[in-house]
Amino acid sequence: MIGPNGAGKSTLLGVLSGLIVPDDGEVRLGERTVTGPGLHVPPHRRGVGLLAQQALLFPHLTAAANVAFGPRAHGVPRKQADARARELLAAVDLAELADRRPARMSGGQQQRVALARAMAPRPALLLLDEPLAALDVDAAPAMRSLLRRMVRDEQQTALLVTHSALDALVLADRVVVLTDGRIVEQGPTRDVLARPRSPFTARIAGLDLVPGTVEADGLRTADGTCVAGRLDGVVAGEPAVAVFPPSAVAVFAEEPKGSPRNVFRVRLAAIEPREDVVRLRAAALPGGPAWVDGLAADVTPTAVADLAAEPGDLLWFAVKATETAIYPAR
Amino acid sequence: MTVGLPTPRARRSDDHARGVGLPGLLWIPAAGAFALIALPVIGLVLRADWARMPELLLSESALAALRLSLETAAVSTSLCIVFGGPLAAVLARGRLPGLQWLRPIVLLPLVLPPVVGGLALLFLLGRLGLLGRVIDTWFGVTIPFTTAAVVLAQTFVALPFLVVSLEGALRTAGERYEAVAATLGASPWLAFRRVTVPLVLPGLLSGAILAFARCMGEFGATIAFAGSLEGVTRTLPLLVYLERETDTDAAIAISLLIVVVAVAVIALARPRSVDGGN
Repeated sequence: MIGPNGAGKSTLLGVLSGLIVPDDGEVRLGERTVTGPGLHVPPHRRGVGLLAQQALLFPHLTAAANVAFGPRAHGVPRKQADARARELLAAVDLAELADRRPARMSGGQQQRVALARAMAPRPALLLLDEPLAALDVDAAPAMRSLLRRMVRDEQQTALLVTHSALDALVLADRVVVLTDGRIVEQGPTRDVLARPRSPFTARIAGLDLVPGTVEADGLRTADGTCVAGRLDGVVAGEPAVAVFPPSAVAVFAEEPKGSPRNVFRVRLAAIEPREDVVRLRAAALPGGPAWVDGLAADVTPTAVADLAAEPGDLLWFAVKATETAIYPAR
Repeated sequence: MTVGLPTPRARRSDDHARGVGLPGLLWIPAAGAFALIALPVIGLVLRADWARMPELLLSESALAALRLSLETAAVSTSLCIVFGGPLAAVLARGRLPGLQWLRPIVLLPLVLPPVVGGLALLFLLGRLGLLGRVIDTWFGVTIPFTTAAVVLAQTFVALPFLVVSLEGALRTAGERYEAVAATLGASPWLAFRRVTVPLVLPGLLSGAILAFARCMGEFGATIAFAGSLEGVTRTLPLLVYLERETDTDAAIAISLLIVVVAVAVIALARPRSVDGGN
């Protein structure tokens, strides 16, 4: 599940776990209804596990006791619960830390123990609430592949909340995009991220997106700007989006003349250094169209030096029609 | 004598680390506050008749009062934990509307003169009191002027200390760990026992120590509700008050005894929350 801040992701997780009671609506886990009219199964009887940003390991218990907590709560005898805990700690490569308390573990180790703990009672659904967000850059990749391995090996049904296209692609079979409490896009992760239909999804996928309606030779935005591109299954008059990668955008200080390109006037919002390119982030001009806001262009550091641009400067973004895909918005 | 002055637990390993520095001006009122607490105790020590000390402290009345004080304070502190602990949990976590109006009432014994509290207990539980009459006719039991009355008076004045400090600990801890416990399948009761209680144990301990210290020093409510019968209701503070008129040396000796017991309690069960650390 991806979505902008305030879209309702945390509320949805709360409703699924039973920590929040919705005014109406129904939650079914497989065949079992856990929230419905006049029905609210309390969190501890739902079988919905949770792994959040913070590991939240019980500080007074060892790693093994933390992992054994769930099975013990379900009435599993102490010995068996402990055996299951050690087995899971071995699965997350932390067998040697079984008798250690959380205070003496790194953030990455704590999060791995927390994953083992969340999976120990074999929940029907595991909620993963940005489980990599609080980890440092060294720990996140290891945790990402561990999550993938654990969730697949144990055939664990899981719902992942993330802001990262990489997490979604690596971990999720399907993705839903939540905006203002509603699902605006959904489908197999690869398809949704390759063909975003909303500015938010495009941004997550690292693509630029311009919304509008289809015309004979391209797309016309609400303010009248025409965008030429490869038309793909669109019908004239229908809402559509024009999508292109930031790497296809050329940036000019003066309006480029006589080229068969789509040209947008933007105000430079930010200069973000990336691996080997520099991403120029656009902001809307005062009184100009809002869709310009957030458009990105990836250019070489040399090109940035030649432009001598600073945030606030007026620039021109240009992209070839052949690099622009136009497809239906829904 | 340095009463309750926390000794630093560990010397700062790096004496070059100065931090942002404390405004120098704060040292003056701080020294004044410390002097106000420490100097009277030093006065007691200087004024004491050390030659007669063993005889005064080992007198039958002093030993009886010491024993009664320790026993009643221990029972009262236990009652504070058993009843005040749940009250703190309800105040911190309960979701009933109107609960916030209970808190000022719980704090009442902090601001009420203890002797007023003792009178109130007497009017409630005295032989002619609202509840006392019922208890007397049904069970043939009268509470005032018994050791049970001492315990009730002490519990009355000490409860807010435990409730306030434990409620603060519960609020600081938040309910995140309990939410995790619930998603792992723990019922509210199991989560309370295995997660909440261990997490707030330092807060509970410091609250219990404050309550015990308050019980040891309790005077007003006790004398109003329980009287001053040797071996039955005459605790150390009451004995000090009695001896003060006839034998000042004995009063001072017993006062110092109370100081020693108080310091011993703080030193023995010194939780980090009282020690100033974290």
